[in-house]
Amino acid sequence: MTSSICFNITTIAYMTSMVVFFAFLASRNKALGLAGSLIAYAGFAVQTLAIGLRWKESYDMGVGHAPLSNLYESVVFFTWTIILIYMFIDLKYKYKVVGAFVIPFAWGGMAWAQLWMPNGIEPLVPALQSDWLLYHVITCFLGYAAFAVACGISIMYLIKSKLTGGSATEPTGGLMALFPPIRVLDDLNYRAIMIGFPLLTLGIITGAAWANYAWGTYWSWDPKETWSLIVWFVYAAFLHARFTRGWVGERAAWLSVIGFESTIFCYLGVNLLLSGLHSYGSSNSQNKPSILIVASLIIGANLALYALHKFGSKSSTGAKGEDPGK
Amino acid sequence: MATNERTFVQSVWDFFCSLKLTLFLLISLALTSIIGTILPQLPLPPEYIAETSKTQLELFTKLGFYDMYHSWWFMGLLCIFSTNLISCSIKRLPHVFKFISEPTLVLGESTRKSFSQKKEITFSAPLEKAKEHLAEFLGKEFSTPVITEHNGELHLFSQKSAWCRLGVYVVHSSILVIFVGAIIGLLLGFKGYVNIPEGQSVSKITSRAGNEIELGYSLRLEQFTVEKYKTGAPKEFKSILTVLENGKPVPDYTNARVIVNDPLTYKGITFYQSSYGQATEGSEHFFSATPRGGTTEKFTITEGGGATFKDGTTFKLLESSQDVSQFMPGFSGPAARVEVTFKGKSPQTFVVLKNYPELNAQRGDDITFGYDGTNARMYTGLQVAKDPGVEIVWLGCTLMVVGLYIAFFMSHKRIWVVLTKGQARMYGNASKNQAAFGIQFDELAEKLTNLKI
Ligand code: HEM
Repeated sequence: MTSSICFNITTIAYMTSMVVFFAFLASRNKALGLAGSLIAYAGFAVQTLAIGLRWKESYDMGVGHAPLSNLYESVVFFTWTIILIYMFIDLKYKYKVVGAFVIPFAWGGMAWAQLWMPNGIEPLVPALQSDWLLYHVITCFLGYAAFAVACGISIMYLIKSKLTGGSATEPTGGLMALFPPIRVLDDLNYRAIMIGFPLLTLGIITGAAWANYAWGTYWSWDPKETWSLIVWFVYAAFLHARFTRGWVGERAAWLSVIGFESTIFCYLGVNLLLSGLHSYGSSNSQNKPSILIVASLIIGANLALYALHKFGSKSSTGAKGEDPGK
Repeated sequence: MATNERTFVQSVWDFFCSLKLTLFLLISLALTSIIGTILPQLPLPPEYIAETSKTQLELFTKLGFYDMYHSWWFMGLLCIFSTNLISCSIKRLPHVFKFISEPTLVLGESTRKSFSQKKEITFSAPLEKAKEHLAEFLGKEFSTPVITEHNGELHLFSQKSAWCRLGVYVVHSSILVIFVGAIIGLLLGFKGYVNIPEGQSVSKITSRAGNEIELGYSLRLEQFTVEKYKTGAPKEFKSILTVLENGKPVPDYTNARVIVNDPLTYKGITFYQSSYGQATEGSEHFFSATPRGGTTEKFTITEGGGATFKDGTTFKLLESSQDVSQFMPGFSGPAARVEVTFKGKSPQTFVVLKNYPELNAQRGDDITFGYDGTNARMYTGLQVAKDPGVEIVWLGCTLMVVGLYIAFFMSHKRIWVVLTKGQARMYGNASKNQAAFGIQFDELAEKLTNLKI
């Protein structure tokens, strides 16, 4: 079995899991929720195997290196970390519905990588031949994945707070009863960011350490570095707003969504639209159509979320970030 | 007057202590930072200058947009940021110290109501006995309590990890430590570059600003090599360097290897592999000329030079490469681009290759030219950096990670037990992770009930 077959199986597994989760949302049949998460777990197992195989294949080709060396490999790893964090939340909190809002991110990433990206194993260029690559990429992506999960949870928060009109009593039936209680969502959002923020910090620090080791400057304001700092500022603002000014609930959820959008821009937008020192996918013009698709999807999703919020079924009273129950 | 001054100082102080200012600064830094990632930064690429209007160039230069991260206003934002951070800490730290060193030993009636973790236990032992049992129990299961008598009630207070309240301040001061390290680097360090041809040595380098900097010793390039993968992609750029003190090689720094991601440091100055090329100065290139039906004649041209033939044909070397594959995929070996003016004709430029004489002959000119390579040597391009502040920056980074860990994942836990005759009321609270503390609290309460004092 080769890694690329396994990656295709992974993509199909995540897609199936996503569809099953949507069916779960529609039918509220518990068995479907369980099936959705089990399929995602199976996909994760295959993906882990595939990453290991790809690692081994690179050694067989005589250019051995960890599979984190180009855009394709990084997107695959990113989806892997998203599912990793999802599994953690699933096992700990057991709200099946979370899957419907997190798996699509993982599936989107895998589908994009499998369909549009060149996936050949390339030898490492001299600039990437360093152990720091591993530490840097792993910490960054674990951080990004935690933010992705926080964003998914925030979207759930926004939907639930809209559809239940921000009422304090939890609905006992219907779709909204499947969602975790609104204050749990708010708390989970904070917790995911509490995990992501130190990881992003470590990611920036290992990046700086590597740059210093390789070039003699730990910070050169290259667009990628600057954008990671921007993301860091956004989440620092999130933490301070929450902790010192009581921004919880809706406002926190919006900040989390904005934070994740800046994360995505830092990860993809910078590589594909701006130029700089980071060599992943280096402004390869073939990627431009697909980044435009991704960008429009993100903007579209954002507008849809906002529209749902603004003009959704209930009157828009209580739309200003209240405390979800402190 | 005095009161006016007082209120003015007070309001400046309040301004810098305000957390609204913090949020404003974090968001402003995030937003303004975007400018420098969209506009090119100094040195501006010539294409950008060519296609941008003059007024725009002038305006953006005045606003500092082309060297944004060093512009006065960005530095100003960072200064306000630091002031904000320092003022907030000065204002809050004494309270935090007091909170830690003088904990609330006695729980007032009204505060008791606000606790979410509470438990009532009845016991039969006399008060004094119960107090001892309880103190021992808390000491064993949680932490040794402080006992205070108040209005006929006994208050037992124990706490764990109170110091973790300081985690946030560790994070904040780490930012300042990093700034200090960066400033030391800017003032006492330098960044520059140097090119060294094979076999030659240098004792000066050029700073980014264009000044010459003495190293205090010399550095000689023994050899430079490029290794490639089978695909032709570069695998390794390697400089073999020797450090010379007073012209003599330093033993541990003789034939030291420098590759990308593996620099050389000597006396606080670090050399990083960064670029390479063919040293042109003083080198000679070897050509041959074969007139149609005549015999081949060898000739030599120095870099930038030319030759004139008996029939009046002139020959000029424009540029050369010792590995043409990056310019002409599918070909390899040395090549030279030359400009030839046959007598009475207009000049024409073409490429002559060393490894493909038949291609040179196919041109069918009056004279067939060949290229035999050069005695030019390679040079290595090294980045040079000295940064005495970098250790402080790493110290700051370490503090930040440790501080974040403390601030997010450690929790200050407190337990009070209020004893009256026959009844103990236990209260608890934690600064983080209430849920986990709730479980711990319930376990403690259950154990206490089972003790049956
Ligand atoms: C001008 C700059 C800043 C000021 C004045 C400031 C001030 C504060 C204050 C007053 C608190 C609340 C502390 C408490 O009541 O316990 C806080 C919390 C915190 N700050 Fe800052 N801060 C600044 C910048 C930053 C930055 C850049 C970071 C990034 C690492 C940061 C990280 C934190 C963290 C992690 C917390 C704890 C939040 C939580 O527990 O949820 N601060 N800050």
